[in-house]
Amino acid sequence: MNQTRRDVLKAGGGAGLLALLAAVGFGTPGEAVAADWNKAAFEVKTVPEAFKVLGAGTPANSADILMKAPDIAENGAVVPIGIESKIPGTESIAVLIEKNPNPFAAAFDIPAGTETTVATRVKMGETSNVYALVKANGKYFVAKKEIKVTLGGCGG
Amino acid sequence: MMADPMRIRATSKDGVVNVKVLMSHEMETGQRKDAAGKLVPAHFIQSVSATWQGRVVLSAQWGPAVSKNPYLEFNFKGGQKGDKIQLTWTDNKGDKRTDEATIN
Repeated sequence: MNQTRRDVLKAGGGAGLLALLAAVGFGTPGEAVAADWNKAAFEVKTVPEAFKVLGAGTPANSADILMKAPDIAENGAVVPIGIESKIPGTESIAVLIEKNPNPFAAAFDIPAGTETTVATRVKMGETSNVYALVKANGKYFVAKKEIKVTLGGCGG
Repeated sequence: MMADPMRIRATSKDGVVNVKVLMSHEMETGQRKDAAGKLVPAHFIQSVSATWQGRVVLSAQWGPAVSKNPYLEFNFKGGQKGDKIQLTWTDNKGDKRTDEATIN
């Protein structure tokens, strides 16, 4: 039996067919779905739902996650975010923006040999807590920082 | 605009390669309205990967909240000056782009 199909169907839950289609490269008409793109996480509307969909449950706060970001973002369309995890066994780092329409913004998978520090720039619609979610040795940890936004950057 | 190559700067120091990338992409959220009041469809990079000597050194899943013309920075061990790294992105319309750079 095709291993990939079986795994995808097991993992897909209610979205089994769509996940299967995505895995073999098909999407809905007019929209291609990159294999493995976590559509469910990117579409939830709250941080607790995102944690749940990501399997993070209630992540423990950690002082070993350093967030490098401005206290005040002059332009909400381009907010620099840097995250460094000092937690041993860090496998991935995700960014969630609480007050955005869809809080889950980005996730980085960090293979062995790559440092557990990433930086990018994100859009923030308004002043909000920004969460850094770290998965390390199968457990989840989180840190947050409030970033004030004077000019929102999500739309219009 | 997505025809513009990614700008990749990779520098090696003390066995660690620092990689800075600037990509060209609209990263449309699907929530913005154009001058006529019509919603501009979502168009954004969904996945990114960086490879060195056949190994993935970073991969990422993005949503439309990543800023237009995305910036990415990370560091990995082992790359030497003269080695090549490749950056690839794939977006929600199925467009894909790979650019290569030499480590300095």
